[in-house]
Amino acid sequence: MGKPTKEKMIEMYRVMAKIRKTEQKLMEVFSNGEILGFLHVSIGQEAAPVGICSHLNEADYIATTHRGHGHAIAKGIDLKMAMAELFGKKAGYCLGRSGSMHLADKSRGIMGANGIVGAGIPIATGAAFAAKYKKTDQVVVATFGEGATGEGAFHEALNFAAIKKLPIVYLCENNGWAEFSPMSIHAPVQSVTQRALGYDIPAVSVENEVLEIYEAAGKAVERARNGEGPTLIEVRSERWYGHYVGDAQKYRDKENVAQAMAKDCLLNFEKDLLQSKVLKKQDIEKINADLDTEIEAAVSFARECPYPEASEMMEGLYL
Amino acid sequence: MKDIRYIFAIKEAMEEEMDRDENVFLIGEDVGLAGGSFGASKGLYEKFGPERIVDTPISELGFTSLAAGAASCGLRPIVEIMFMDFVTCCMDSIVNQIAKMRYMFGNQYTVPIVIRMPEGGGLNAGPQHSQCLEAWFAHVPGLKVVMAANPYDVKGLLKSAIRDDNPIIFIENKTLHAMKGSIPEEEYLIPLGKADVKREGTDVTVVSASRLVNESIKAADALSKEGISVEVVDLRTIQPWDRETVFTSIAKTHRLVVAHEAVKQFGFGAEIAAAVAEEILDELDAPIMRVGAPFVPASYSLEKYYVPGAEDVKKAVLATMERSF
Ligand SMILES: Cc1ncc(C[n+]2csc(CCOP(=O)(O)OP(=O)(O)O)c2C)c(N)n1
Repeated sequence: MGKPTKEKMIEMYRVMAKIRKTEQKLMEVFSNGEILGFLHVSIGQEAAPVGICSHLNEADYIATTHRGHGHAIAKGIDLKMAMAELFGKKAGYCLGRSGSMHLADKSRGIMGANGIVGAGIPIATGAAFAAKYKKTDQVVVATFGEGATGEGAFHEALNFAAIKKLPIVYLCENNGWAEFSPMSIHAPVQSVTQRALGYDIPAVSVENEVLEIYEAAGKAVERARNGEGPTLIEVRSERWYGHYVGDAQKYRDKENVAQAMAKDCLLNFEKDLLQSKVLKKQDIEKINADLDTEIEAAVSFARECPYPEASEMMEGLYL
Repeated sequence: MKDIRYIFAIKEAMEEEMDRDENVFLIGEDVGLAGGSFGASKGLYEKFGPERIVDTPISELGFTSLAAGAASCGLRPIVEIMFMDFVTCCMDSIVNQIAKMRYMFGNQYTVPIVIRMPEGGGLNAGPQHSQCLEAWFAHVPGLKVVMAANPYDVKGLLKSAIRDDNPIIFIENKTLHAMKGSIPEEEYLIPLGKADVKREGTDVTVVSASRLVNESIKAADALSKEGISVEVVDLRTIQPWDRETVFTSIAKTHRLVVAHEAVKQFGFGAEIAAAVAEEILDELDAPIMRVGAPFVPASYSLEKYYVPGAEDVKKAVLATMERSF
């Protein structure tokens, strides 16, 4: 598998920066009251979605979580339609019904963020079952946090996938916090990889660095595509901000936040790329300026689109 | 008397009952160190420690049944489910186990457990964080279902629920958590199974629970200016519900509206309407009207059209006033 090509690395950087900047923008418009409900950002965790989605085809599936913007962007979601959804507009992917917490794009295999912790894991496993059943070569990724591994859904899904050798990669982004509590409240193990042992699922734990994740994910996706069954990858990632935007994190000391922010997967990758001369300072500036333009355009589009009408509420409940 | 918010009235109820009985403990996600996702247990961890204020992994099915096991062996758990929507993850525990343990085992075991959870819309939180599922539980023999409309009620009802030897589904409403109200300084209890006439009237009876009680009172205030006198009956406990108070009110007004935030179809309003039709249909001068959400999931951007409120109650009252047999 090895290292990604130069072009691939530039694209990976661009997507990571896109996730970061999009979510920074989302925090801003959420604070303005333009986005309602709950908003969970993944700033500081951009490496994982990009590391894994770099190996996926459009036809492959990913099921995400409440903290799922990054995965959707990395899987290629159209930013305008995604933004429209987050603004609750009819032009959004889910007709304005879902907002952030259930963002989905069937055309790119994005099976949906989920408001129920752990619920996406068996659903993704079902997609892997379908892929095997239909003998497609599709691979499925289930993303979740370490907190979700307390749910029976996680254990039941892994058990089944291992028995049936399903083409799935379980991607756990262990950011150390589940809502307002540290991992010690949620699990007796130090690493989620230990959980996979009981299901005879090979598991690796990697740092929050995109190339490390890329390498581990490459092997896992290949294994899945070759019919060798599931793999679990734990990324030791960092949650920079509160559980949701607006959470003042009173339960967490400043030191812990500062440590998380010091591990900046985007900045580290940028430094790597500059040092290895894959990118020059001007290239980086250009990428970021282009992203700003793209994100602004998506926000303007979302702002201008109409909301669904009350009369449309009942549409589509049944076929 | 003192002013208190609904969420702190919940805390006071739990704290007083924990002081009173060392077998009472609280268990749930982020109830301890964090003081509860909505702040209902703020300070209790510091006071009672981790043995009695138990933080759990995200494992609703597991910790609910675990609490039931503890209850059947002499403890009195209060289980906090963060959003009512998540109680769907513990339906086996509640429906097959907790509701049946006493009866199925020939009355040998009692399961004195209170499962608290907030329901309802109001946060634009979408389809998986806005549901009102009380009717599911009211439909299961063996459970009691309590719904509190204001700070005074929530404290008195919760204390009674904790002392009750039956399993109780105790339903709060997210938009009520910040509501302020007056409560006595001294201890008080509110009996389960008894409705409360929140506002007296002579023309129409509105039977309701939780947030819709307050909405019905608003509607009644508005309608009184139009010369219509509305009696608002708060069920407080929807299973078992207080037929006597409801029937007495209808015998006075001869018109009935039932109002809840849950979807209208198969809601608890349907049971009230059916019981009235079975037993005192001849008291009615007009068809019964029901207020409830449309039969569709709550959605992120259409919530304001979805969640029923005072305006809907008003319309239903006017509709029943226009009709007669
Ligand atoms: C079944 C269920 N229980 C509880 C919640 C509330 N909740 C939302 S996110 C969350 C923490 C999830 O932690 P983790 O899986 O580690 O993901 P992270 O938020 O760190 O990305 C909790 C408890 C929920 N949405 N669904």
